Amino acid sequence: MAEKFDAIVVGAGPAGNAAAYTMAQAGLSVLQLERGETPGTKNVQGAILYADALERIIPDFRDDAPLERHVIEQRMWVLDEKSFIGTNYRSDAFNSDQPNRYTILRAPFDKWFSGKVKAAGGLVICETTVTELIQEGKKVIGVRTDREGGDIYADVVILADGVNSLLAKKAGFHGELEAKNVALAVKEIHFLPEEVVQSRFNIKGNEGVVIEIAGAVTHGMVGTAFLYTNKESITLGIGCLLSDFKKAGIAPYTLLEELKAHPAIAPLIEGGEMKEYAAHLIPEGGYKAVPTLYGEGWMIAGDSAGLVNAVHREGSNLAMTSGRLAAETVIALKDMKLPCTAPHLARYKTALDDSFVMKDLRKYKELPDILHGNPHFFSVYPQLLNRAAHTMLMVDGQDKHSKEKTIRGSFVQQRSLWGLVGDAYRMWRATR
Amino acid sequence: MIKIEEKLFQNRYRVDEGRPHIQISDPQVCADDCKTQSCTFACPAACYAKDEGGGVVLTTDGCLECGTCRIICSEYRNVDWSYPRGGHGILFKFG
Repeated sequence: MAEKFDAIVVGAGPAGNAAAYTMAQAGLSVLQLERGETPGTKNVQGAILYADALERIIPDFRDDAPLERHVIEQRMWVLDEKSFIGTNYRSDAFNSDQPNRYTILRAPFDKWFSGKVKAAGGLVICETTVTELIQEGKKVIGVRTDREGGDIYADVVILADGVNSLLAKKAGFHGELEAKNVALAVKEIHFLPEEVVQSRFNIKGNEGVVIEIAGAVTHGMVGTAFLYTNKESITLGIGCLLSDFKKAGIAPYTLLEELKAHPAIAPLIEGGEMKEYAAHLIPEGGYKAVPTLYGEGWMIAGDSAGLVNAVHREGSNLAMTSGRLAAETVIALKDMKLPCTAPHLARYKTALDDSFVMKDLRKYKELPDILHGNPHFFSVYPQLLNRAAHTMLMVDGQDKHSKEKTIRGSFVQQRSLWGLVGDAYRMWRATR
Repeated sequence: MIKIEEKLFQNRYRVDEGRPHIQISDPQVCADDCKTQSCTFACPAACYAKDEGGGVVLTTDGCLECGTCRIICSEYRNVDWSYPRGGHGILFKFG
């Protein structure tokens, strides 16, 4: 029999790196397989890094991680064709020694994280695609790769192979993703001089701004757009449910071009040099779409397990946390000299249930169904809000009381009184 | 008209010549049965194009490896989808 490891981790994204690092750090023999040329070259994210999840794995990550900007301001914009209405939250308190959120570029970030795995003693092999799991009956005992003589064995395999999750699907652990449970996002990165980024967003040093966007740019599809400031670049993108793309018959890059041309966005990216165009799927089915998370000799983490909180645009932190908890499960079993059987690996599910990961997913478990059934949240309301603002702000001789009446009338006309009450109730139920 | 080629031109690829990682399982299904041909507009790299005979042709060189085509072909499951061999395909510089 070929070489055998304590654990094999498939994939070097946030979930895989968190798992591999945690186990290697605890002295386990870990093999991590990545299909990219280097870790990060296959990975796509907005990207916001949530410090807390990483801090619990690498407390001093700020010393050398490639971070772009720490976020001091969050804008939420609801767009109509030519306008937007929105909110800002900006605080100097985010300029602490230990900021809570950073913008990052995933390719350099994942490479850095992988360097930590190697330094902790993990064996990382890139340019290697895992083609299937090797099973003995129901038990996963290793992986088969596209390299010659590519069978490798381990006591446990942690699947962190990303949203498409081909390996678990092939092994029959879960079915195919449904188009209504997955968003397709496309994005571009535009480079600008550092001073230009700073002046356009009213920031200094490494301060950063994020803008989350909803409304007309999604053509009524369930989806959102975003714009993030990096050190010398701006990342902007847009994503909608795949089932909505299918219904609407619109190409994703058409939405991206319209976003870039919107009068609220165009001046922010003007003069930038576009250097990369990327696309990625995001599992947004939430709690109800989470598959079985473990079995005989295997666990699944991150996007491949559908662990994304679409409401709060969080995913990489759920990925890192699930990867860490899977790793800690293996470490605990090794300590107790227990085998990685399904009943023992159930500890992983318990740990996830007790963490913010499953608590947050459970909180919003009804939301995906409600959004599917109520597309007017993404079409009618953005328009109504923008027109209400416009009506109130136009000083044109009409008295304010009449203006309010006009606005109320526009809401009732579009949604009816009971429609408005029902919408409010549905949103309250789905997010309480 | 958006030139998707101009976007893809900015990207770095190592194409596995002669070994496309995605294939249409039965081209006849695209031509005869599929009414929507969603892959031809939903693919973010425009890898799928309608051909003159009413079918669909696939060129995987610009593929971003997202998985859209496989999932959107839900009625016919006519896309045979796998990842490229290790080290090949899209190589994101920034991600």
